This record gives sequence, structure tokens and C-alpha cells, in this order.
Amino acid sequence: MFGYEFYVDPSRCIGCQSCVNACAECETHRGTPMIHVDFLDRTNSTETVPFVCMHCEDPTCAKVCPADAIKKTEDGVVQSSLKPRCIACSNCVLACPFGIPKMMTELEQMMKCDMCYDRTSEGKRPMCATVCPSQALAYVPSEQIERLRRGKPSNVFFFGKQKVTTKVFMMLPPEESALAMDVVDYMWEGHA
Amino acid sequence: MKLFRPASKEPLWKDEFSINRADEQYVSRRQFTKFLVLTSLGMFAGNVWILARSWFGKTPVYSEKNICRTTDVPVGGVWLFRYPTEKDACILIRPDEETYVAYSQKCTHLSCAVFYAREKNRLECPCHEGYFSITDGRVLQGPPPRPLPRVLLEKRGDQIVAVGMSTLKDS
Repeated sequence: MFGYEFYVDPSRCIGCQSCVNACAECETHRGTPMIHVDFLDRTNSTETVPFVCMHCEDPTCAKVCPADAIKKTEDGVVQSSLKPRCIACSNCVLACPFGIPKMMTELEQMMKCDMCYDRTSEGKRPMCATVCPSQALAYVPSEQIERLRRGKPSNVFFFGKQKVTTKVFMMLPPEESALAMDVVDYMWEGHA
Repeated sequence: MKLFRPASKEPLWKDEFSINRADEQYVSRRQFTKFLVLTSLGMFAGNVWILARSWFGKTPVYSEKNICRTTDVPVGGVWLFRYPTEKDACILIRPDEETYVAYSQKCTHLSCAVFYAREKNRLECPCHEGYFSITDGRVLQGPPPRPLPRVLLEKRGDQIVAVGMSTLKDS
């Protein structure tokens, strides 16, 4: 839909798994959700965060694919792997900075969120955004997000020195303009 | 997707295997021109090669080979043999008392073995119903594109000898 954008707001997520189940309802991958709802720090908090594919402008998954199986459409949506091409090498799984692609070992194919391309290309909202009760996943016009939310949408992420610009927006605190993630720091056990 | 766009600065392989689905099928004008020039050159070279072969190519020399005695083949009967090499199956036919003709047994369509249909007096290929004339090997009907190669025979006493091959075009 013209002017509609996808917004992920982790602060609103209540961990209800509605998006996961709605995603698994889809006819193209029935029973297998393409969305991740992760606990941030499970021992100390109940906070969860939903992760859909961020649809990078310069998708690392597609760039590392040796079989040319991951394609980006003209509207900026990075598609799931093409079945006849995917060789199940897991390069994309390892390369994605957001950890989105999933290797379906039994299908020998990588599958990931394609922003419900069958729906969004026809002017419908993605499944997860239609069912999210707290609208942590929202597919709305940008004016609406500015009007209703205090956070600031950003689609620029820094992984070390790598700058990643995405199609999907993440809601950040108003004072932040881009999200910098130091993956090694998060992996460090002493990190509180 | 734009039909025309400025020349890409990316290496060609990146253009050919573009991440963007719309760019995958795109062929730049320069690339198309290169393709045309190279295929034309290839066609030209191929034609020159064919011409040179037809000018300077040697006519093959065939050795002589005894096939059978005249009494071995009854009138209306056939005799199978190999000529010019052990891999080339041929068929000798005696349609009447004095006539002996021999042809390659490989149909010129898809190399099935042809057989002699006595009542129709012609050579027939059972695979796709290609029929050949018994007098000169020309195609009577069916898909074969060329006449059957003929084995040239000589009668020496009561011995039939194969002395060469010819097709309808050269004979």
C-alpha cells in the first residue's frame, strides 16, 4: 500500500505470540512461523521483542548467497529463497546481522519473512501486523505513527562499522537517531 | 524497471546476477551489441570452415571387401553385412535375378535399422515410417532428411564385392 510502512516497537511487545501463530497460518508456509519473538534477558525480565525481516536496502543475505536464490523486488522487499535455487548452505543464516533467515533442514531450503508479499503487494496488511494486540508490529502510514507514538522511527542500524539501512522501521527513544549494536559486547557474559 | 539506463559501473557478473529481481533480465545495449557482433563472427567463422572443408576436403578412400557369393542370396532375399567399418551395418538386396543393390542400414532420420519390404519393393524404417526407394535410395515418404547412402558393388565371377559408398547427391 502506498505510504504504508512497517514499524517494530519492542517496548510495546507483550510476548503473546499472536504474530507467531498468525504467521504460521499462512498458506505458503503453513505451520512454520517466519517470525521470531525473543526474550531479551530471560533470567531477569519478561521483556520480549518481535523480529520480522528488516528488508535491508543492501541485503547481506542476498549478497552472500552463492546460488543467487535471494531476490529483492522493486518495492524493496527481500524475498524468501527461491526453492529451485537454494542449496541450503546457510550462508545467509550466518551473514544476516539481525539473525532472521531460518534454515529448514527438512526442506533443504532457507525460509524467512517476506513481509507477506502475497498480501502487501495486493494492498493488504501483513498477517502479524493485523493480529498484534499492542501494535508492537504496525503496518500504518508514517503520519499516523508520528501522530500516535512518542518514540522515533529509525531504519538505520550500526553493527560495528557497518551501516545497515532497512525498509522496516524500529521505534527508538526520541533522543536516539540510529541504533548501534555491538554484538560482541552483548555476547559477553559479564554484560548486565 | 527502466528500459534504458546509463552504463553500469559494476562488474558484469554482478549485473548478470543482480540482487534486484527487475535487473536480472536487463541486458544493456552495449552487451546486446557485443552479443550480436560475437555471434555474427562465430557464424562467419563457421561458414568459412564449411567452405574450406568443401574446397580442400579429401574424398574418402574405401577399401574393397568381399560380401558374399551370388548364390548366397535368393531372389527377393537380403544379406546383412558391415561396410566400410565393422560399425556400419549394411543391407544387400536381390530384387530380381540379375540385380544386386546394397545400402547402409541406418535410417538417415534417427539411425533405426531399415528392412526390405518385399511386397512393396522398398526399404522401410519401422520407427517413424520412413520409406526409401530400392533403385537409388531416395526418400519416398516420412521424416528422413537425406537419401540412404548406397554401397557400390562389383560382381567378380560369383563373388560380390563392395568397392565404395555413394549418396544420391554425388552419383
